[in-house]
Order: sequence, then C-alpha cells, then structure tokens
Amino acid sequence: MRPAESTDRPAGTPRAFRPAGRPRRGGRPPAGPGATIRPAGLRTRWLLAGLGAVLVALVAGVSLGPVSLPPGSVAAELLNLLPGVHLDSGLTEREIAIVTELRLPRVVLGLLVGALLALAGGCYQGVFRNPLADPYLLGVAAGAGLAVTAVIALGAGAGGAITGMPVTIPLAAFIGSLGAVAMTYGLGVAGGRDRSPATLILAGVAVSAFLAAGQTYLLQRHSESIQQVYSWLLGRLATAGWHDVRLVLPYFVLTAVVVLLHRRELDVLSVGDDEATSLGLHPQRSRYLLIAAASLGTAAAVSASGLIGFVGIIVPHTVRLLAGSSYRVILPLSMLFGGAFLALTDVVARTAAAPAEIPIGVVTALLGGPFFVLVLRTSRRAFT
Amino acid sequence: MSGPAVEVRDLRVELGGSPILAGVDLTVAVGEWVTVIGPNGAGKSTLLRAVGGLLAAPGEVSLFGTPIRSLRRRDRARVVATVAQSPVVPAGMSVLDYVLLGRTPYIPTLGRESAADLAAVHEVLDRLDLTEFDHRELATLSGGERQRVFLARALAQGATLLLLDEPTSALDIGHQQEVLELVDQLRREHGLTVLATMHDLSVAGEYADRMVLLAEGRVAASGPPHEVLTEDLLARHYRAHVRVVQGDHGPLVVPVRPR
Repeated sequence: MRPAESTDRPAGTPRAFRPAGRPRRGGRPPAGPGATIRPAGLRTRWLLAGLGAVLVALVAGVSLGPVSLPPGSVAAELLNLLPGVHLDSGLTEREIAIVTELRLPRVVLGLLVGALLALAGGCYQGVFRNPLADPYLLGVAAGAGLAVTAVIALGAGAGGAITGMPVTIPLAAFIGSLGAVAMTYGLGVAGGRDRSPATLILAGVAVSAFLAAGQTYLLQRHSESIQQVYSWLLGRLATAGWHDVRLVLPYFVLTAVVVLLHRRELDVLSVGDDEATSLGLHPQRSRYLLIAAASLGTAAAVSASGLIGFVGIIVPHTVRLLAGSSYRVILPLSMLFGGAFLALTDVVARTAAAPAEIPIGVVTALLGGPFFVLVLRTSRRAFT
Repeated sequence: MSGPAVEVRDLRVELGGSPILAGVDLTVAVGEWVTVIGPNGAGKSTLLRAVGGLLAAPGEVSLFGTPIRSLRRRDRARVVATVAQSPVVPAGMSVLDYVLLGRTPYIPTLGRESAADLAAVHEVLDRLDLTEFDHRELATLSGGERQRVFLARALAQGATLLLLDEPTSALDIGHQQEVLELVDQLRREHGLTVLATMHDLSVAGEYADRMVLLAEGRVAASGPPHEVLTEDLLARHYRAHVRVVQGDHGPLVVPVRPR
C-alpha cells in the first residue's frame, strides 16, 4: 500500500522497518530497528550540562560576595535545605543566615528571571520566525516598564515597594507587555508583505522609544517617585528577598508549562504559516497563545528585576549553535542556561567593583551588544 | 469517503478587490493526474490554495465527497498534502526532522511522535532513496534532493491527494523528469491523486491524464493534453507563437519566433 499508510495510527502497533540494506552514515555499526538517527530532541548529556550549570551558578552565587564563604560549606548548607538532610557545614549562625535569607533568594530569583528571559526570547524568535526577536528589542520589556512605572508613580504601588513587590505590579507589567507586543507586531506587519527580520525589530525600537518617552513623562510629573522607580529599573536582584521569589514563581511555572508544552508547534511554525496550515496547525492560534505566555514571563521577570536586556538573545542563540536548532532543544536548555547565566552575571555585577555593585542590566548589555552584532551577521546567512 | 478526489463548483476568489478566480469548476477523479496550466496571473496557485484549504473562498470545494469546510484542519491534513512552489527551508533542520513535520496531523497537539510516526517517516525516506540524507541539514542539499525531501514530507502526511504547485520550477531538465517520474510511479503504486500546476507545457502534457487551461480566472479549456495543448488555444490565451508536435507521450509544444 502507500508508503505513509500507518496513517490511522493503529494503537501500539509500530510498523516494521525494512531492516536490510539501508546505508548508514559514517561507518556507524548498523543498530537495531528504530536506532537509526533520532529526531531532534533534548539529549541527556545536554540536560545534565544545563542542570550542572544551574548548580554551579547556585553554589557560586551563594558563596561569593562581600563575605566570601567556602563553596563546600555552602553546598552542604544548601543540601541541608532538602528534607531529611543534616550535614555539618561548619558555618556560624550568622553565615547560615547570610546563605538562606540574603544570598539564596537573590540567586534563586536570578535563576528564575534568567530562565524566563531566555525562554521568552527563544519563544519570540520561533513565533516571529525572527532570529533577532528578544523581549527587549520587541519593546515588550518597555511596555512592562511603563506599566510598572505608572503603578508606582500613580501611587497604586506606594508603600513597601522597595522592600517587596506589590501584587499589582506583575499584573500591570503583563498588560503593559501585551500592549507593547501588539503595537510592535502591528507596526511590523504594516511595514509591508516582504518584511525582513529587521523590520520587526525596527518596529520594536520605535515602540520602545515611544513607551520610554511615556515613562519619562510620567516620572517628570511624579518626581517624588523617581528614586523608587530607578532603584527598580536598574535591577532589583539586589533587594530580592523570598517575597519576590514567591511572587514570580507562579508566573514562572505558568509560562514554562505553556511554552514547553507547545515547543513542537514552534518547529512546525518554522516552515511558515501556509505550510503549517497545510500540516493541520492553526498558526495564528498557536502564535497568540505563545506570545501571551512569553509576554507573561517577560512581565514577571521585569516586575521582579527591572530592565535586564539581551539575555533573551544571547542564551537561545548560544544553545542553538551548540545543541541544535529544534525548539524542543532550545527552549528547555535556554531556561537552564539562561538561569545559570543571569545568576553568574549577578555574581560579576556585585563583585567586579566591590564594595559597589554594578547594575546587572549594565553587565548583560556589555556582553549583549557585541553578541547582537554577531547574530545579525550570521543570521543574514542562516535565516533568509 | 466517496466521490471524486476533488470537486470544485463555481469557485470565486477575490484578492484585494480584484477577482482572481471567477467561477471555476473542476473535478479530479480518484487516481487521476490533472495539471492546471495558464499564463501568469491566471489563478493557478490560487486554485490550488483553495483546494488545499488555505483560502476561505465562496463556492463549494469537496474532497472525496466531503465539503472541505466541514473538515477539521488535522483531518484535512490527512487527506490532502501540498508541496508549495518554494517551500520554506528552516535553518538547521535535518531531513529527518523535516519529513517528520509531515506527521503533524497524527501527533497530539501537546504530545510527541510515536514509533508509528517514525516508522512511517523511515518508510518514506526509504522509498524516496533519502535514507542516506536523513541526518543532513536540509539547507545543504541540492535542488533535486530538496524537491524529493519536500515530496517526502507530503507523503509522510499519508494523504492520498497530492497538490503540487510548480513542482519542477527550480530544477534543471534532468531533475524535472526524475521528480515527475517519481511522482507518477508513486501515484500508480499507491493510488494517489495528483493535482499540479506547471509552466512547462510539454513536460506538463507528458505526465498529465487531463489538463485544465485557466485564463483570467476561468477555465478556458479542459480535457486530455492533445485537446488543450493546441496552437490555437495557446495563441489565444498565452499570446504565444508555438508549434505543437505529436510526441510519444503527448503533444510537444515548441516555441517559435513570430515572423
């Protein structure tokens, strides 16, 4: 019968391969049926590498600082947080408090924010089929920033906004980010049918500038909140306590679950809307859902940590280069490496010019600028 | 499902206010190869898009007796597969992963491919002699090899109706014949129905059971190649100066310079 006729998917009856005579690549020994090359997917060694990076970032992030603690003791103390583990770390009460109450929440928040930004970046790149897409370059972060500024300046967030984030802030940020991505997309599409990747980014730049102007205006009118807004804008990992982590966590889980469940659809979307439709997909429906999820993640990250750029472009591209171009690989690994990347960047930010701290957004921008040029150069070849 | 593979009644399509198709009727029997020809802008690709379900067009399009509007997308994708005129080649995607995309209508929305999906893909790769390419990046293949991979993805969909939009326009003459022979062979072996658009009239006439000449959004002529590929019809609708010579498999159209 016709070749692809296992169509009606007889339950649990994989069709037999034709075992004989199929040439293998590179002199690999012929393996049993089904053990030919596998479709793209997350390989165990990359998963382990990602988890390893997160652990390294965790221990390094907690150990290094104004008071440096021995990494071994820190690791022991971290293990003590697991139920049923009682190790003697040799740390004093005060040092234990530094670990669990000051540094750990900061590192965990860094991991969550980095994971969200990298995941959102990878997701936007797939949804827009645009290698340059990134929460910041699309104006999404600016939208969230404007909304948060409005909440703080107009007083809804007044009272305790420095020490802990009010619940209204992530919600406002989400609305702001959705508004911004809608504007950018609308503007980019209005640019004409044969739009290049750069068109969307230009639209994002225009939208960012527009929203930043709104933000400046708001601050001018409410100058009493400038201090508060700027301390947040420049990165709030510095003041992170467990409160912030608890606020971000639900958004993190929701974003991660939605995006990761749809990672295969991003691969289908890579052949364009027409072909994806012929393959049985609803491209527009998938796109809206994924944009909403990525924007939610961005909003949560921005609410917690202010404006930290370029993570969404550095991490997914590095993963793509090293581990493979399928979104089934890019998205989960971007979360792991994005988290580790931001947590380690935070270590640099607070130790490079100690005792002063460099805003973490400054460090990522210093790394991201040159990287962006690199992506721009290579993507012209690979994506057009 | 019963009825002809494709039945189009009074299809009208307007794009940006100007009519592209102005009442087209078309029937393709199961197992038949029908090629749509016509001058540039006659609406060939639009017709194919409508049959593939990519256009919401007034007028009835039925596949195997079922109105296309009543088919869910996934079900439609199991019935009709399209090879676009210039398919997108995703950067970095391997041939195996690309052909596996053809199994999308069988893979649960949030799930992953099953062993049966992989088996189907390997069978298609085997059938099209693509097994040695399965790990290669699609973007690194030559034009002829790519065209076979595009075809493989469509076959992996398990659809019995194949829509080919200018399947040979990017190929040299040798690869054109190779691909069309392959399609014809698959059609015979597996009972596929083929609806294609083509520019090269001689090649089109050699492979089609029937041809449909579209001009200005209407069917100007339809029938076996020797009835459609006539000097008179081609002069009228293409404004072309041609000689039509009888070949072994159909009429051969030779362009001649006007005197």
